[in-house]
Amino acid sequence: MINSRFFNRSELIGFLSLLLLLAVILPLFLDVFRLNLVAKYLTYAFVAIGLVMCWGYGGILSLGQGVFFGLGGYCMAMFLKLEASSVENTKIQSTPGIPDFMDWNQITSLPMFWKPFHSLPLTIIAILVVPTLLAFIIGAAMFKRRVGGVYFAIITQAIAAIATILIIGQQGYTGGINGMTDLRTLNGWDIRTDHAKVILYFFEVFVLFACIIAAQFIRLTKLGRILVAMREQEDRVRFSGYSVANFKIFAFCAAAMFAAIGGAMFTLQIGFMSPSFVGIVPSIEMVIYTAVGGRMSIFGAVYGTLLVNYAKTMLSESFPELWLFGLGGLFIAVVLFFPNGLSGIWRDHVARHVDRLFAMRSSASRKAWASKSVADGAPAE
Amino acid sequence: MSDEKKPGLQSPLRRKLLMGMAALPAMSMLPRTSFAQAPATSAINTTGLAVTDTEVTVGILHSVTGTMAISETGSVQAEKLAIDQINAMGGVLGRKIKFIQEDGASDWPTFAEKAKKLLVNDKVAAIMGCWTSASRKAVLPVMEQYNGMLYYPTFYEGLEQSKNVIYTGQEATQQILAGLDWVSKTKNGKSFYLIGSDYIWPRTSMKIARKHIEGKLGGKVSGEEYFPLGHTQFNSVINKIKLTKPDVIYAAVVGGSNVAFYKQLKAAGIDLSKQTMLTISVTEDEIDGIGGENIAGAYACMKYFQSLDNPNNKEFVAAFKKMWGEKTVIGDVTQAAYLGPWLWKMTVEKAGSFDVDKIAAASAGIEFTKAPEGYVKIHPNHHLWSKARVGQAQLDGQFKVVYETPELIEPDPFPKGYQ
Repeated sequence: MINSRFFNRSELIGFLSLLLLLAVILPLFLDVFRLNLVAKYLTYAFVAIGLVMCWGYGGILSLGQGVFFGLGGYCMAMFLKLEASSVENTKIQSTPGIPDFMDWNQITSLPMFWKPFHSLPLTIIAILVVPTLLAFIIGAAMFKRRVGGVYFAIITQAIAAIATILIIGQQGYTGGINGMTDLRTLNGWDIRTDHAKVILYFFEVFVLFACIIAAQFIRLTKLGRILVAMREQEDRVRFSGYSVANFKIFAFCAAAMFAAIGGAMFTLQIGFMSPSFVGIVPSIEMVIYTAVGGRMSIFGAVYGTLLVNYAKTMLSESFPELWLFGLGGLFIAVVLFFPNGLSGIWRDHVARHVDRLFAMRSSASRKAWASKSVADGAPAE
Repeated sequence: MSDEKKPGLQSPLRRKLLMGMAALPAMSMLPRTSFAQAPATSAINTTGLAVTDTEVTVGILHSVTGTMAISETGSVQAEKLAIDQINAMGGVLGRKIKFIQEDGASDWPTFAEKAKKLLVNDKVAAIMGCWTSASRKAVLPVMEQYNGMLYYPTFYEGLEQSKNVIYTGQEATQQILAGLDWVSKTKNGKSFYLIGSDYIWPRTSMKIARKHIEGKLGGKVSGEEYFPLGHTQFNSVINKIKLTKPDVIYAAVVGGSNVAFYKQLKAAGIDLSKQTMLTISVTEDEIDGIGGENIAGAYACMKYFQSLDNPNNKEFVAAFKKMWGEKTVIGDVTQAAYLGPWLWKMTVEKAGSFDVDKIAAASAGIEFTKAPEGYVKIHPNHHLWSKARVGQAQLDGQFKVVYETPELIEPDPFPKGYQ
């Protein structure tokens, strides 16, 4: 009954309008520079979708998603950096053939853990596996001990701080505070040209929708129901015989993997990775995107990410010295007046009218889905 | 180049007088243009930059928010002052300079994004900007890909040279070698303790310093330590300094760490009027935070101090304070940032065009006689010939210049034997 339709009508509207926006409208009306900016915003949308699953549905607030985003991004950057540091390109160094930051840190040969990143397939595996593995270790250590709620949030935040310090401190291996810059080609294909940017944009939109569908699929399975149940009444789920910890670990790992995919996309789009995406501030910003979009809604999270980042760009272009105040004001306003974010606004003010429109045509099916979306506890936008 | 005569700082009155005939010098070198009107836009802008018949747009790209804002604000102010003065003299090739300011937000990828925006969307003719090495490294690929022109003001580690960048600060050897020679001779410095923040500029600088100390001066390095950016606990290294008793402490600690470093040195009883301290990272801006009483006696080696006694500098300091307030101080980088718009203006006028390729080619040999630091000239490697000076910090937060190299030092971003 519940799984009878993959998307209910409201979700279908959300899905199709997002598809229309990202795949048709934006590419038609934006120049390559702006489209590349949208591509950058969308990389955060991966993180936001992960947060909807783990925070919105699972009730696990992670303030360390930047770590996974960064890990994915760094894995991709290591591959691209090795390709850019060919012997011809680095002739002026004391040791040609290694990345430039290793050279000025007096490292004379490529460290062991860099070697797998000569290969693209191994890199892709690393992007997916390394962050997920880390999330598994953190999750297993925390949830098995029944550490949750605020304590978990604090620990993830501490991990974000540690990761930043580690990356900056080990600059011979990571590029330090400069990050990894000047990434040029992917298997010989120049990723800096306008043409490449457009192709990468469509590729990213494709992967994003794959992730949305995966998230929706998880939500509709029994697993998704248990996550919501867990959020509402953890003890009852436990007493019913479910291993709460395992479900939490799963949600956290899935969110980490989505974030890592976003990070890898980011590196491809921007040609750059630096510790400034790993720390506490970006991690909290990622939570804000989800909050603005509405933490219960997968589509809301994507729209929220787009809106906040667009506001960030516009405000900082128009008021270079005051823009942070404007952005702060926006967050406060959203939290005060629209606690359910964009998707809440949609649900409370727009969906009704859309429903009425459809109801005129088929009043029969209306009741069925309306009652369902209430039962969901997670009405889509 | 007949027209390079003194497009410098003028008194307001003289400036007004000049305004009317400002376009004159620019005109004189352009063949077949009448005195009364500027050259046709189509002739001097063949690549679609933001140049109209009356205006030319440049970008200013520094952090005005975030941790670097405190350092970069001076550069923004200097660049705006220079643009103001150039406009008061009639602009560049008869066009007033309009600027679009973007905020790098102390975040390197943001720098890259904004640089791209300035080049691709706004089509700016040049960008004055960046401060940290990290931000420059982030922006460099963008400048090269979209063929922009960047005027970069900070003293930096070298090991870089680009057609698309003019480095108006000193590269490492220019700043370091002369200062070490001076301290070794006048202070009889034989043993050195090297302390720096942990990132590319201090590391590269110390590498060069060590080679020079051990190879050329016959001295020894008794310790070398790096601390993370923002570090505030220097007690362990101060104890080591007390034990090893080096002749010279050589420091490249940057930003807020400086405040803790010098206060803790003082608290530990190290008297900088007896213990020789030579720093390459403390300008008047930093002393503002450290406090003159905590650092008085220390020496700094760079190319510019606010107290430089020459007519160019006096005019510059007066104009800067008039625009931005009596209390502002002017550090080395602020002065270098001020050079950017002027060098660009002169290069454009020499090239007779705003095209980036022509500017890149025409840059070598551009001389600026009215520079506050004195005469400067662009080397074919896009760095500046400049002098190095040693100043001693005073209680009032200013430096007293105690040494100046007699000749301009040739910039050498890839120094042989120091890599």
